[in-house]
Amino acid sequence: MASKIKVKVKLNGDVAEVKSLMMHPMETGSRKDPDTGATIPAHHITQLTFTNNNEPVMIVNCSTAVSRDPYFSFNFAGAKAGDTFAVSWVDNKGESDSTEVVLT
Amino acid sequence: MQPGRRLFIRGVLALAALTAVPRALLAMAWPANAFGAVAASDAMNELFGTSQSTPSDAITLGAPEIAENGAVVPISIETSLPDVQSISVIVDKNPRPLAVSFEIPPGTQANVACRIKMGETSPVRAIVKTPDGLFSTEKEVKVTIGGCGG
Repeated sequence: MASKIKVKVKLNGDVAEVKSLMMHPMETGSRKDPDTGATIPAHHITQLTFTNNNEPVMIVNCSTAVSRDPYFSFNFAGAKAGDTFAVSWVDNKGESDSTEVVLT
Repeated sequence: MQPGRRLFIRGVLALAALTAVPRALLAMAWPANAFGAVAASDAMNELFGTSQSTPSDAITLGAPEIAENGAVVPISIETSLPDVQSISVIVDKNPRPLAVSFEIPPGTQANVACRIKMGETSPVRAIVKTPDGLFSTEKEVKVTIGGCGG
């Protein structure tokens, strides 16, 4: 399955500006199905890892209070064109997704 | 010994070896106790070992004064404090106050942005961890439609 993570990295000198958007329902576990009244079980990303050339540049621990289809942005120094930048997440059901881009 | 069982054991070992690589990459396991805490002070105790933090002007917390939709509240945190190790966001009146926690390796700048859910009007606190201790700033965000229940 194709990755549902979108990532854009803009190089500004040696500083990389990262913007990342991913598809995930981020169910809180307190919402009820309007038809059946049954509680919809929690389903959320627990940990996101951003790496540049396999070196972690950011780790995000998420609760259910992160909005559906999470968006994250941050900057890091020491990047250069040709670096491989990767994003991956795991969720509380053990599902995962990842993608990578080469910096230009 | 049946060959099936031997194969199974070999499979388990191979799987363990495979999963060990990405695990090693992670700096820390997901702090389940901190995220499960229903009181903000408990969440901080679980995460940092203390619930005390020093208010600091060096942290800028960007959040709307009024969030029309509590399901999507954009927030940003920036700080000029040196050697930031982590930035955490606590929404005091959410059912689980600890919303998100960013672990920041050296080289990564201490400015982050994301979108969070808020159940009701609440103070939003940014907690910045440095080798000198915990620093924080807070801002009240009014929520017109909550984003946690349904």
